[in-house]
Amino acid sequence: MGAKFGMWLFLFTEVLLFGGMFLLYSVFRSRFPLDFHKGAEELNLTLGTVNTVVLLTSSLSMAVAITAMQKGAARLSLCMQGTTVVLAGAFLVNKYFEWTAKISHGIYPGSEHMANLPHGEILFYSLYYVMTGLHGLHVIIGLIVIVFMMRFTLNGAVNQGDYIKLENSGLYWHLVDLVWIYLFPLFYLIT
Amino acid sequence: MTSKGHIVGYGLFISVWACLLVLTGITIWVAGLHLGNFSTFAAMLIATLKASLVLWFFMHLKYEPPVFKVMALATIATLTVIVLMTFTDIWFR
Amino acid sequence: MSENTSYLVSTGKRRGIAAWIFSTDHKRIGVLYLVSLISFFLAGVSLGVLMRLELIAPGKTIMEAQSYNATFTVHGVIMIFLFIIPGIPAALGNFILPLQLGARDVAFPRLNLLSWWIYITGAGLAVLALFGGSGPPDTGWTFYAPYSIKTSTNVTLALFAAFVLGFSSILTGLNFVTTIHRLRAPGMKWFRMPLFPWSLYATGWVQILATPILGITLLMLIFERKFGVGFFDPSKGGDPILYEHMFWIYSHPAVYIMILPAMGIISEIFPTFSKKTVFGYSFIVFSTLSIAGLGYLVWGHHMFTSGMSDTARWIFSLLTFLVAVPSGIKVFNWVATMYRGSVANDSPLLFAMAFIFLFSIGGLTGLINGALSTNVQIHGTSFVVGHFHYVMFGGTGVAMFAGLHYWFPKITGRMYSETAARVSCLLLFVGFNTLYFPMLIMGWLGMPRRYYDYLPVFHKWHLTSTVGSWIVALSIIIMVLNLIWSARKGTPAGANPWGGRTLEWSIPSPPPVENFIEIPKVRRGAYEARERG
Repeated sequence: MGAKFGMWLFLFTEVLLFGGMFLLYSVFRSRFPLDFHKGAEELNLTLGTVNTVVLLTSSLSMAVAITAMQKGAARLSLCMQGTTVVLAGAFLVNKYFEWTAKISHGIYPGSEHMANLPHGEILFYSLYYVMTGLHGLHVIIGLIVIVFMMRFTLNGAVNQGDYIKLENSGLYWHLVDLVWIYLFPLFYLIT
Repeated sequence: MTSKGHIVGYGLFISVWACLLVLTGITIWVAGLHLGNFSTFAAMLIATLKASLVLWFFMHLKYEPPVFKVMALATIATLTVIVLMTFTDIWFR
Repeated sequence: MSENTSYLVSTGKRRGIAAWIFSTDHKRIGVLYLVSLISFFLAGVSLGVLMRLELIAPGKTIMEAQSYNATFTVHGVIMIFLFIIPGIPAALGNFILPLQLGARDVAFPRLNLLSWWIYITGAGLAVLALFGGSGPPDTGWTFYAPYSIKTSTNVTLALFAAFVLGFSSILTGLNFVTTIHRLRAPGMKWFRMPLFPWSLYATGWVQILATPILGITLLMLIFERKFGVGFFDPSKGGDPILYEHMFWIYSHPAVYIMILPAMGIISEIFPTFSKKTVFGYSFIVFSTLSIAGLGYLVWGHHMFTSGMSDTARWIFSLLTFLVAVPSGIKVFNWVATMYRGSVANDSPLLFAMAFIFLFSIGGLTGLINGALSTNVQIHGTSFVVGHFHYVMFGGTGVAMFAGLHYWFPKITGRMYSETAARVSCLLLFVGFNTLYFPMLIMGWLGMPRRYYDYLPVFHKWHLTSTVGSWIVALSIIIMVLNLIWSARKGTPAGANPWGGRTLEWSIPSPPPVENFIEIPKVRRGAYEARERG
C-alpha cells in the first residue's frame, strides 16, 4: 500500500510538470488565437485521432493485464502487457512520421522557415514539439518499464500474491494516456 | 506486501473503453461544428470527462481509500489556482 | 547485543566510507546530507565574505565587475539549491522524523539514498558550471530572461544542475509524506504527532507540487538557449514576464520549503526548554498548513515592478498580507509557550530566541516589500537583500543551528561545549545585525542590489556591513569547530539530556540501528509528560 501511495505522489509531480507546459500553452493561445488555429490546421488530424485511439486502447490492455494478474491469469496478463507495448510502439511510429513530415517542411524550432512565420505560429509549433516531445519521452519510458514488467511476470517476481510493481506501472501508463487526452484537442482540434 | 485489492472486472473496463472511444468521436464532431469560443470549452469539458473515466476506473481511484481522492483533488486544485492567478496578469495587462 | 549497536558502528559487509555512502539507514543518510550541506554552506559563506570584501569601498577592491556578477550568482545558487532548500528536511528531517514517529526508517529507504546521490550529482554539475566554457553564470540565481538566454556564460549547465537537484527535493518530500501517512507508531493519531513532523508534512507537499514547475521552467530556458523555442523571447512573440511567473510559481513556495521545517524545529525547542506543552498546538498545525497552502498564491509579489497588470498586483499584495497572519500566530504561540514554564536557557533555546527576533524583523520587512506603494521604492535594492537574509539566514539558518545543537547529543551521543555554543550564538546575533541591518537602511536610501560599485554616500553602511560579515564568519567557524570537535571528543550524553518528551528522547544516544527495540504504543499527546508507572 505504501508503494502505491508513493506512486500516486510521483504522478502528482508529473501532473504539475505537464501542467506548467499547459500553462504556457494557454497563455500563448489566448494571445494568438488565429495563429494557433492556423497551426492546428497543418497538423494531421487522422494520425492524431489514430494515436488517441491507440493510447486509449493501450490503457484498456494495461488495466486488463492487472485484473488478470489479480485473478491469477498470468498468461493473459503477459499477453495484455505485450499488447500495451505494441500499441505504445505504434504510437511512437506515428509520432515519428508526424515529426519527420514537419521537419522536412522546415518546421522545427530554430529553422529559417520558422523564423519567418508569424509569432503565434512560431510559438504553436515550439509548444507542439516540446509538449509532444516530452510526452513521447514518457511513452518511451513507459514502454521500457512495461517490458521489464513482462520479464518480471515471466520470472515470477510479479505474481498473484505480489503485483504492486505491475499496478504502479499501470498507474504511470494511465498518466501518459491522461496527458494525451488533453494534448489531442488542444493541438489537433482547435480548428 | 500487497493488500488484497479490489478486482475490477474485464467487462467494466471494456465498457469504459467504449465510452472513451465514443467521447473521442464526439469531441472530433463538435470541433467540426466551428462553435467559436465555445469549442474550446466543449473540448476541455469532454477531455475532462474522458480523464475522469480513466482516473476513476482504469486507475482504480473509485476503489481507493478517501485519502487518495482528496490528494488527487488537491493536486488538480493547485494547478487550477496557479493557472487562474497567472491569468489575473495575462488577461488584464 | 546487535540490537543495541549504535548506528555509527558498521557491522555489515561494507566498511569505511562505503558503509556510509551505500547505506539505506535514514540516520546515516541524514549525516551524509549534513556533512554535504555544511560543506556547501561554508563555500557559500566564503563567497559571501568575498562579496562583502569587494563592497567594503566604492570602485574595484578585489575583483572585476564580471567576477562580482558571477560571485553573487554562484553564492545564490549554492546557498539556495545546495544548502537551504534541502537543508533542514534532508539533514535533520531524515535523522529525526522516523524517531519522532516511532518508526524504524522512512517509507522508501532506497529512494532516500538515491535522493542523496542525486543531490551530489546536481552539486557536482553546479561545481562544473564554475569552470571552463565562458565562465560561471552571471545572471543572478534567478536566471531572468532575456539576459539568461543571451549570455554566453555556463548558464545551461547551471540550469541543468538545478533541474537535477529538483529531483532530489521531490524524492525527499515524497518519502516524508508517505512516511507520515503510513509509519506512525500505533496510537499516534495525527494530532498526537509532534510539530516537527507536521512541518515536514506540509513541506513535503510543497516539494511535491511546486518543484516540478521549476523543473519545466528550467527545461524551457535550456530549450530557449539551445533551440530558440521562443517562449520567453519577445522577438518570437514570447514573454519574459511569463518566465518570471513560472520561476516564482516555484520559488515562492520554495521559501516555505525553507521556513516551515525551521518553524517545526522551533516548535520542538520551546516546549522542551520550558518543560511545558506547546501553547496552541492545533493553531500551530493549522497555521503550518495554511502557510503551505496560501504560499502558492503570493508569488507575484516578486514581480510588482515587472510590468504585470494592476489587477494581478493588488490581488497578490492582498494575499501576501494574508499569508503573514499564520506566521504571526506561531510567533505568539512560541512566546506564550514559555509563559509559566520552567525555562532553561541552554544554547538551543538561545538560538531559538535569536530566531524569533531575526525572523520577526524578516517578516515585518516582508510586509514592507509586500505593500505596492513601498515596493516601488525598495524593489531591486539592498533592502530586499536584507529582508531575505533576515528570513532565510536569520530564520531558517539560525533555526537549523538551533536544531543542530538540540539534536546533537542524539545524533553523536556526545555533548558539545556549552560555552563555545553560547559564544558563537552571541557573536552570530551581533554580527548578523551588523551585517544585514545596514542593508535595510541603504536599500531604503536607494542602494541597488547586485551592484558592484556605488556612490560614496553609501560607504559607511557598506563598511559596517562588511565588518559584520567578519563577525558572522567568525561565529560560524567557532560553531562548526565546536560541533566537529565535540562529535569526537565531547562528554558522552545520555538518552535525554534536555528532558524532552518526544519519542526520539526515549531511545539511546546515539540510536541503535533499528531505532526502537520495540515499536512504542503511543497514548498521549506529543508534549505531554509521560505517565508515571
